[in-house]
Amino acid sequence: MKSPTLPQTLFDKIWQEHVVAHDDGCPAVLYVDLHLVHEVTSPQAFAGLRARGLGLRRPEKTVATMDHSTPTTPGLVIVDDQARAQLQQLAKNCVDFGVQCYGLDSDQRGIVHVIGPELGLTQPGMTIVCGDSHTATHGAFGALAFGIGSSEVEHVLATQCLLQKRPTSLEVRVDGMLPRGVTAKDLILAVIARIGVDGGNGAVIEYTGDAIRALDMEARMTVCNMSIEAGARAGLVAPDDTTYQYLAKRQFAPKGADWERAVANWRQLPSDEGAEYDVSVVLDAQALQPMITWGTNPGQGIPINDNLPDARSGAEEKAFKYMALEPGKPLVGHPIDVVFVGSCTNGRIADLRQAARIFDGRRVATGVRTLVVPGSYAVKRQAEAEGLDRIFRDAGAEWREPGCSMCIAMNGDQIEAGQYAVSTSNRNFEGRQGRGGRTFLASPLTAAAAAVTGKVTDPRALL
Amino acid sequence: MKKVEIIRSRLNPLLVDDVDTDQIIPARFLKTIGRVGLGANLFADWRGARFDASSDARILLAGNNFGCGSSREHAVWALADFGFQAVIAPSFADIFQANALKNGLVPVAVEAAVHRHLVAARAQDAELTVRIDVRKSTLVLPDQEEVPFPLDPFARRCLTDGIDELDYLRQHEGQIAEWEARHARG
Repeated sequence: MKSPTLPQTLFDKIWQEHVVAHDDGCPAVLYVDLHLVHEVTSPQAFAGLRARGLGLRRPEKTVATMDHSTPTTPGLVIVDDQARAQLQQLAKNCVDFGVQCYGLDSDQRGIVHVIGPELGLTQPGMTIVCGDSHTATHGAFGALAFGIGSSEVEHVLATQCLLQKRPTSLEVRVDGMLPRGVTAKDLILAVIARIGVDGGNGAVIEYTGDAIRALDMEARMTVCNMSIEAGARAGLVAPDDTTYQYLAKRQFAPKGADWERAVANWRQLPSDEGAEYDVSVVLDAQALQPMITWGTNPGQGIPINDNLPDARSGAEEKAFKYMALEPGKPLVGHPIDVVFVGSCTNGRIADLRQAARIFDGRRVATGVRTLVVPGSYAVKRQAEAEGLDRIFRDAGAEWREPGCSMCIAMNGDQIEAGQYAVSTSNRNFEGRQGRGGRTFLASPLTAAAAAVTGKVTDPRALL
Repeated sequence: MKKVEIIRSRLNPLLVDDVDTDQIIPARFLKTIGRVGLGANLFADWRGARFDASSDARILLAGNNFGCGSSREHAVWALADFGFQAVIAPSFADIFQANALKNGLVPVAVEAAVHRHLVAARAQDAELTVRIDVRKSTLVLPDQEEVPFPLDPFARRCLTDGIDELDYLRQHEGQIAEWEARHARG
């Protein structure tokens, strides 16, 4: 353990604060401040508690929602018996164990990583876990947030603690300012392309530098969200005034004197001058362009106007074959069938505003199916108040109810075998958006540009 | 948890790098509320082409960064339910590795040279059999060469003694309560 007199990183400070016990030769017992739960990875954990006759240690630190297998069609009609059973099980578990659940009938429901921040549950300095790898999203607030398996969900429900080996630290510093038409999504896709899908294994990433400081909270969430796609346990951005302005007055944020005290504490969190990271990587924001993935993992991305690379490995050969693309050819101009705007990566109001800039006054190209799925009901209401839903509908896109939808394709929202989708989600794995479907990951701007042109298009030409 | 000490088996090779948990168990099979029976859909979309489901080998010989992507423990349940007891690979994704250890599925990370040797030897001899000694954290090759693999002492003890992590955590009840009391005072 580092001596307290040495300069500490943001991660060091949160970690140290939350270590409950650390026996020799064992992982640390780490306290968890907020446990988020959804329907897919929790039923086995609650079943485990029942089998052991255990209850929740701190039910008030656990919050549940339904997002993965929920319908996004108007009226929320569940056509799938298994999905219905899973949703009913979560509702029952929450009643039986005394957990707050934003269920199907709640107007505060949404994707777990969208509602945590918007309700003010996510706060700087916290430890946050969820049985979902995109929990890293909450790191945008300077919280140590990471995904866990269902056994660990059971551990946290029972003890409010987890056994954790201390991760290493990786600084990703992004200097300069993002050029026009280049977004947080492009930035994180460029980071993953640079360090690879296992470049962050064993590490917690802290994103630093002027380009990160200049991002609003929603953009920071997009960056942290995809830390897992580089293999990292978590992604962090130090809290600052942007963070506090976002959080102030939100439902579960501290109020009055508590707020003042909290902000004073949070101001102590950023990494100290001279704090050391195990590894540092530097990118120049000015040099970034809109990014798009061509392959079957999120590290297989290129600047949109580049030609496809040569097949440099077995994995890339496999990806070219699955995607039915040829090395060395351009991707711009490639016809597409489906566009998906949404997910915990890009389903927030700022993302929808970006997409709407492109859709405004244009029409979705003939034969292209376009889904716009808000990340939560709060996002949906805000978008409708701003008239964004009219822009999407007038353009010929489908405006849906909130949920994970076509990012994970568990709820019937999916692409067909052989189809190409441009998607603002986080994973282009084989079959991720539907068996045999092919996914290009990109920003909301690039996705919308593909929708209105029917092909892969540099969105800067349409801004 | 069931104790795991010695695993002796032939190898089922799946030599693709960066195998994500969506391939191990596709999301359409995650609507179950149980943890049994997932083996029937292990590598559902890769059967025949990449994954030989007819093999009864108990050790999967995999590529680099095995188990990346989604945190779904269903991937480990599916492998174990199918009958796998260990996975040998040059490296594993973090969450997969943690999930595997909680279910008695032993992640055996070997150096590239050892991996190449195993891959070549398996290509020559489909009956090639190796032994994993969890207590010693070694992989014993057919020529009896013993290759160590990393397994932290706690994980090893959990496997060989069948220690359940939740039981271990619950032994810290007093310290957890003290931590909470300290932080409640602010």
